[in-house]
Amino acid sequence: MDALEIARWQFGITTVYHFMMVPLTIGLGLVVAVIQTAWHRTGKPEYLRMTKFWGKLFLINFIMGVATGIVQEFQFGMAWSEYSRFVGDVFGAPLALEALLAFFVESTFLGLWIFGWKQLKPAVHLACLWIAVVGSVFSAYFIIVANSWMQHPVGVEMVDGRPVMTDAWAVFTNNTAMVAVPHTIFGALAVAGGFLLGIAWYHLWRRRRDGIDTIGADGKVIPGEAPSIPGRDRADHAVWIRSLRIGAVVAMISFAGTAITGDLQGKLMFEQQPMKMAAAEAACHDGTGFSVLSIGNLGAQNCEDIVAVIEVPGILSFLAKGDFTTEVKGVNTLLPEYQAKYGTNLPDNPIYGERAGQEIDYLPVMEVTYWGFRMMIGFGSLAAMAAFAALWITRKGTVPESKWLMRLAVFGILAPFGANAAGWIFTEMGRQPFVVAPNPDPNGIDQVFMFTAAAVSPGVSAGELLASLIALSAVYAVLLVVEVKLLVKYIRGGVVSAMPELGHTPSDDDADGTSGAGGPGSKPDHDVLAFAY
Amino acid sequence: MELLPTIWFIAIAVLWTGYLFLEGFDLGVGMLMKLFARNNTERRVLLNTVGPVWDGNEVWLLTAAGATFAAFPLWYASLFSALYLPLLVVLLALIFRAVAFEYRGKVDTDSWRWRWDWAIALGSFFAAFGVGAALALTTTGLPLNANGDRVGGPMAWFSGYAIVGGLAVVGFALLHALAFLALKTDGDIRHRARQWFVRLLPVLLLPIAAWAVSVQVLDGKAWTWAAVLLAVAAACAAWLFARRGAEGKSFAAMGLFLVLGTTSIFGAVFPVVLPSTLDSAFDLTISNASSSDYTLGLMSIVAAVGLPLVIAYQAWTYWVFRRRVSADHIPAAHSFLPAIAARAFTTKG
Ligand code: HDD
Ligand code: HEM
Ligand code: HEM
Repeated sequence: MDALEIARWQFGITTVYHFMMVPLTIGLGLVVAVIQTAWHRTGKPEYLRMTKFWGKLFLINFIMGVATGIVQEFQFGMAWSEYSRFVGDVFGAPLALEALLAFFVESTFLGLWIFGWKQLKPAVHLACLWIAVVGSVFSAYFIIVANSWMQHPVGVEMVDGRPVMTDAWAVFTNNTAMVAVPHTIFGALAVAGGFLLGIAWYHLWRRRRDGIDTIGADGKVIPGEAPSIPGRDRADHAVWIRSLRIGAVVAMISFAGTAITGDLQGKLMFEQQPMKMAAAEAACHDGTGFSVLSIGNLGAQNCEDIVAVIEVPGILSFLAKGDFTTEVKGVNTLLPEYQAKYGTNLPDNPIYGERAGQEIDYLPVMEVTYWGFRMMIGFGSLAAMAAFAALWITRKGTVPESKWLMRLAVFGILAPFGANAAGWIFTEMGRQPFVVAPNPDPNGIDQVFMFTAAAVSPGVSAGELLASLIALSAVYAVLLVVEVKLLVKYIRGGVVSAMPELGHTPSDDDADGTSGAGGPGSKPDHDVLAFAY
Repeated sequence: MELLPTIWFIAIAVLWTGYLFLEGFDLGVGMLMKLFARNNTERRVLLNTVGPVWDGNEVWLLTAAGATFAAFPLWYASLFSALYLPLLVVLLALIFRAVAFEYRGKVDTDSWRWRWDWAIALGSFFAAFGVGAALALTTTGLPLNANGDRVGGPMAWFSGYAIVGGLAVVGFALLHALAFLALKTDGDIRHRARQWFVRLLPVLLLPIAAWAVSVQVLDGKAWTWAAVLLAVAAACAAWLFARRGAEGKSFAAMGLFLVLGTTSIFGAVFPVVLPSTLDSAFDLTISNASSSDYTLGLMSIVAAVGLPLVIAYQAWTYWVFRRRVSADHIPAAHSFLPAIAARAFTTKG
């Protein structure tokens, strides 16, 4: 492997990893803020418990998002210096604004939320969480503005071989970003929905297995309590069934959201990156049908022997254009167009190293684009259907005793994560061989583009890149194990793991679940530490 | 001289100063977890003094890096790629440190805590050292060619200045943290921190003084030499205040020392942002490394609104958590009995 390939692997691995934490942070943050608001409004103890429990898991995950995000911020300069030089005038601004306007807000107000349970008035404390959560949505917006500019450069003009920003409004309202942001936020909510659903299912199942909840003659649940198990009182049942329902509803709504925004993205992709569209279909020839299953050697980079076995006519045209008849261009039609516009060979420029003068392969890796696209939609729709089924199954107030259904619900947590990763991998790898894809708009700026081969740092050796690839991957692997173990420990502990005060006097304080946390009506007191590491 | 690039040079100097001032003490507190705290309760006191604020402090680093990317892309690209390995170390250190803060208290065993304590202490040390080395090298120069790329292999960045700069930030962070602890804690820790501060000040400030003076020798101007002298005066004031037990004033004097110190350093190198040690024709300066005036203008407007806002709400955080922490405030570590594990002790089928 040469420096370029190592750098690409490293960027892919670290970013996909970062994006394991990110959607949970964004999605769960929004959900916890809504739940705490419900507590603030109603004062019901189960809402406080839900805030504390889901808030704890949120924090365990959040910190990993922070730790891995720092790598992202440095990586452009370290491994992709030529890229940074080329795009800096446009791309640096959203990145800097993300730090200045979003990261500061997120980190500061989250610190206030964690430590301020007693120091702050309840309304102010709640506001801190909302501000932090809105901060994370802003951070998503800014970074996706940066990313969308790589997919669809706008608002610039070429000066001395580099794009220079001339229209900030165009950059910050890039239509690619305007649909990618809501799509990503809905994708994040899908993750949170599945997370709530799976974990709540597990606890309801556990309560039934332990004989705490029973089923009455009418088939409805009779919540019970187990004084010997800390936290397993009647309010505990309310915590989990309510979490489960919130999770299921969030999962269904967010899938609808991704589908609607995804459809808009498809229409933009048809105009902006037709080759990505063709590669997503593994389609050689122009056509109108959406392939559900294609066979043949997708990896051979030769679409002629790929056959669509199951194809739904008209759907591809619908995705691309909104009707059922528009022909979507296939690879064979597009290749000559790309070669005519952007050249057949890489320029003879030392920046390309050994690749200088080589023929350009305009076709992204079709295995990845074809299956990435289908995995995104597939995992997403599976999770949504499962959520629908879960609502139906639990309509009488609890889950069945089946161990397999419980396992399915718990493993189902992974599906929306998979959909998110697949979506990004598809988007990013479908853009190849460009790191900044050309904008084909006829009155646009179609000479603003950059090949990935030119983007890597010329001064950095393959050895350095390999060292960092190995070091970061190893550290990430270890931390993933630690994070998952901690999450599992806190999940198994149930609400007491986040509210130890429940464990001390089980059952008799459940009427007043606000103990020790400053209920909505209580005044802030002057304990120095409301929370201590 | 170009106005906007000059403003952005100053803005980036301000961001770095803000970073060193704020994260300075939490990096130092991190190192003191192993050097100063005597037992678990003391370590928890130390942790809780920075608990609510360390992440916000770290964002100053991200903003400094992001602002450099936006305002001086060529500076960002050359500096970060030339210092590939040292920055990798900084990244790994910051990762471990961040995770350790959050995870240390999450399992109630000594071996768990021992491991994360080391992660905090070493993470803080390497982060401080690496950032210091990188900052020193951007003021004294790197072997860059005409394109701004490092020549000479993965270790070509190394020079004595890297060590001086690394030690400078480590030393400053330790001292600043002692001043901070004297201000933020009560009881034995407070008094010990003040004692250590008074005893160690001359040693811990030596490397940062060495860096400031070498930069002055390389490209100092009369006014930046004056800043160095004022910084020395501020350090003396910090020492005297600490001896008299005026902890707030001593901490403030440390802040003044830092501001004067960074002013003398950034002021001396201006308008060069990253000198090339191979040929001064390859130096990156505020004019040849900066973004267009359009981008800088846009950034200026946002920063003029955003930065004061950040300072205001961060100051508010410090106000909310202004009370001193002492060993008495640390609650017992509660090891909860998980609902699932507790099941084993019940008799019901
Ligand atoms: C759609 C959302 C999204 C995407 C695509 C990315 N991030 Fe991210 N990032 C977040 C959403 C986010 C977040 C939700 O806002 C995080 C997660 C945890 C946190 O603190 O904020 C975060 C954390 C985070 C941090 C730490 C902030 C702190 O210390 O508080 C940095 C420096 C970055 N990110 C930088 C990046 C870069 C350079 C990316 C591009 C390659 C990137 N992120 C992709
Ligand atoms: C929104 C912010 C993002 C930006 C600015 C960004 C930018 C980049 C850059 C500069 C590269 C390296 C050049 C290249 O190989 O094309 C890249 C590649 C890649 N990115 Fe992103 N990215 C972003 C988000 C993501 C996310 C969230 C993921 C996944 C979860 C992701 C997955 C990948 C992958 C897999 C590659 C490697 C592609 C390849 O080399 O073939 N990206 N991206
Ligand atoms: C019917 C459903 C969906 C459709 C039609 C759809 C469509 C798309 C399209 C066309 C893109 C590529 C945009 C581009 O590169 O120009 C994309 C990207 C993406 N999708 Fe989906 N999607 C769907 C469901 C989902 C679901 C369920 C998730 C996650 C839970 C998801 C997560 C993502 C992510 C993270 C990206 C990359 C970031 C972005 O470009 O927004 N998608 N989607």
